[in-house]
Amino acid sequence: MLKLTCPYCGVTGEETEFHAGGEAHLKRFGPGSGDEDFTNYLFSRKNPRGVHFERWRHQYGCGKWFHAARDTGTLEVFGTYTAQTGEPPADIVAKIKAKRPEWEGFA
Amino acid sequence: MSDVTRITDQGMITLRADFTSLKGITVPETRKIRDGIAWMSPDELLVLVPKSDVSAKLAELEKALNGHYLLADVSDARAVFSLTGDWAREVLAKGAPVDLSPDAFKPGDLRRTRIGQVAAAIWMVDDRTFHIVCFTSVADYLEEWLRHASRSAAKLTYF
Ligand SMILES: [Zn+2]
Repeated sequence: MLKLTCPYCGVTGEETEFHAGGEAHLKRFGPGSGDEDFTNYLFSRKNPRGVHFERWRHQYGCGKWFHAARDTGTLEVFGTYTAQTGEPPADIVAKIKAKRPEWEGFA
Repeated sequence: MSDVTRITDQGMITLRADFTSLKGITVPETRKIRDGIAWMSPDELLVLVPKSDVSAKLAELEKALNGHYLLADVSDARAVFSLTGDWAREVLAKGAPVDLSPDAFKPGDLRRTRIGQVAAAIWMVDDRTFHIVCFTSVADYLEEWLRHASRSAAKLTYF
């Protein structure tokens, strides 16, 4: 079971209380960008088995979007954090590195 | 048994704003309801007044607010139920993924959650009474669900 804790209201719930919003921290390529960058922005997503960063929404709760760092293979959640950031916070990155020494890091 | 009553004279006002900008309004703590004001999210409150007082309350709130905010009369967009009885906790626990044990959920506590798979907000009024708010569009369904779960033949005494 995947259990997430909403960083806005503090509620811990299982997966069906939330709505998955796909890969986190996408860099937007809009008007003026090259075809390849734009195509990748629109269609290419990471799909790792292991450490992954995602957007989730507390759909049946406070309604807020947030970020989650988790392992897609084990469903271990390393942490959830605010939506108002372009990259994972240092403490969560450090926690993942300690638990998954083989992890290549956030890119 | 537990009694289910639809409260038809409940006025409800949604207020969305940056809480730090609110003056003269005491914002309840996270997931609490206090003095007729319910915490709905980090930037949303539900203000409860009798239906006949909604216009006056809207005018009063309008004066207290400034900057970017949303104020809306949602009285007819929401339905409110009262669920009361010695095993009201058990009735709700059948359909809502919330820890409703007496240690975890007390009068004044509020949760937005789902009941029988529809979105709802619940709070405890006193030791044996909950109030439940849902969208009007699913009110008949939820009323039937609550009555069904409250039948004495379906009694559970877990807590
Ligand atoms: Zn939340």
